[in-house]
Amino acid sequence: MQEGSKPPIIEFRGVTKVYGTGHAAVHALAGVDLAIAEGEFVAIMGPSGSGKSTAMNLIGCLDKPSAGDYLFKGVSLGQLSRDQRTMLRRHFLGFVFQGFNLLPRTTAVENVELPLIYRGLPQAERRAMAMTALRRVGLEGREHHTSAELSGGQQQRVAIARAIVTDPVVLLADEPTGNLDTKTSREIMELVSSLNREQGITVIMVTHENDIAAYAGRIVRFVDGKVESDAPDREAA
Amino acid sequence: MLFEAVKLALQAIQRNALRSFLTVLGIVIGVGAVIAMVTIGRGTTAKVSADLAQLGSNLLFVRPGQFGPGRASTDAKPFNTRDVEAIRSQVPGLRAVAPVAQKSFTVIYGAENRQTAVNGTDNDYFVTQDWTLTGGRQFLDGEIRSGRAVCVLGETVRDKLFGRGDPVGRNIRVKNVSCEVIGLLRPKGQSSTGADLDDVVLMPLRVYHRRLAGNTDIGSINVSARDDVDTAKVQADIERLLRERRNMLAGQIDDFSVRDMKQLAETTMATTQMLTALLGAVAAVSLLVGGIGIMNIMLVSVTERTREIGIRLAIGALESQVLAQFLVEAVVLSLFGGLAGILLGLGLAWLATGGLRVPFVLDTPIILIAFGFSALVGVVFGYFPARRVAHLDPIEALRHE
Repeated sequence: MQEGSKPPIIEFRGVTKVYGTGHAAVHALAGVDLAIAEGEFVAIMGPSGSGKSTAMNLIGCLDKPSAGDYLFKGVSLGQLSRDQRTMLRRHFLGFVFQGFNLLPRTTAVENVELPLIYRGLPQAERRAMAMTALRRVGLEGREHHTSAELSGGQQQRVAIARAIVTDPVVLLADEPTGNLDTKTSREIMELVSSLNREQGITVIMVTHENDIAAYAGRIVRFVDGKVESDAPDREAA
Repeated sequence: MLFEAVKLALQAIQRNALRSFLTVLGIVIGVGAVIAMVTIGRGTTAKVSADLAQLGSNLLFVRPGQFGPGRASTDAKPFNTRDVEAIRSQVPGLRAVAPVAQKSFTVIYGAENRQTAVNGTDNDYFVTQDWTLTGGRQFLDGEIRSGRAVCVLGETVRDKLFGRGDPVGRNIRVKNVSCEVIGLLRPKGQSSTGADLDDVVLMPLRVYHRRLAGNTDIGSINVSARDDVDTAKVQADIERLLRERRNMLAGQIDDFSVRDMKQLAETTMATTQMLTALLGAVAAVSLLVGGIGIMNIMLVSVTERTREIGIRLAIGALESQVLAQFLVEAVVLSLFGGLAGILLGLGLAWLATGGLRVPFVLDTPIILIAFGFSALVGVVFGYFPARRVAHLDPIEALRHE
């Protein structure tokens, strides 16, 4: 899209990730260069073992690279400490997982409030923000249902509300429709695209389904720990 | 932040009600058992020591025959009134010497009757047993000498025969002897062995011998030494005197025994205290088992909650915040369980001491120790497994099923 005109929000410079040591060492990422600009909607694809999940974990600051540099908003994260990476997640990133990962026996609104608790916001403010986020994902009237009382699609909506309630710069979605049927998947993807379009949230999504990847404006394919192709998606809406 | 952590912890406890209940149960049972056992033990000790105090001070108990394994006491010659006189006149340092001849008879008043122990004795008995009257009077010298049929009733006998009435001045029948009630004994309650001390009738020894027993045997002699006298010396003096009077050869084993009730009291106290310690030890085991229960549940629960920890870490919880939450959870559960255990233990002890008719004695150190131990176990086993998990990579924790 507007590559080059804006400084990339996320930039990998020769990022390498090695698991294990010696002969057992596995190069999950082997020198990846990647730049993602603010406001982009990027789908990361590739067969299993290609390094796409590792790349996602690194982008999400859940892990640190073995070598190379990761720049966030132009700032090198270098070897940030565990707590520093947590703070980065807390303030800039939102996560949506394949398995929803909501707290069991906990109501939708309480789940959405969770990241705000760690930001130290007072109860009343948290509740109001959580309600707004739930409205945004179309879950009015379901605020006080627990996960067990919600369908898969509704649970994923709660998870998305939880990810956006902090107003993150980047939304990271790891196979967000992996556990959902086609119709529900389409609804969830419409929601994610609208967040990207209307609120300008940068979305980075891992998927292995072409029709899901088609919602993105750009598709990055990983093979054997390297970027195989990186192209704007012609069929994107 | 602390308030927030407490609120998070309470939420988590409420959401996992069953698991929280099981954790608390271990603490409640452990703490409750220790407190109940020790409190009951303390009460029993207090009761025994009170009973022993009621036996009379510096009491020596003289009986024919020996006690103990392989020693028959039945064929030993009983004492007689001359033995009692000899002890009175020849052993120094005595306050009172009471002969006691005892047998069970039916006592009758009107339509009521009761089988009870009838003691033939004299006024020294009130001294040796440290027993006062709540009504009437002791025996008169004339009654003792002449053998007039008068009697003093224990509370149980009075209650059985007279109900609410005042028996002093009435005549009851003991076997077939009509007997005027002249006094009432102060109630003593149960002995440490559970016998009813108030189920007794006292009569002058002479009338007992003549009209009831038909012999002049004296079954036992209760001797009360003066406070400034060494009871061991009194015991030795009585032993020497009785050996002489019973014509015993040197080297022959005594065919009577003199028992110092103070020694007996000390032995009994030691036994009761050992029992209390034993109860405490059994209870300590249950506390330990409770502790292991807490440990298991905490370990299982942390493993089960690995994903939850992963979620919290991924969405921006610091390791320290997750730890604080688990620590507060453990503290809240332990405190709650400990308090419930204290209430349960004291409640059980209260019921049991009521049932056993022993005093309710609060043992604060034990309460604190039991509570402290359970709290420690709860916190340690709540905290350390959580620390391990909180240190995991969020990715690892999230992958955990």
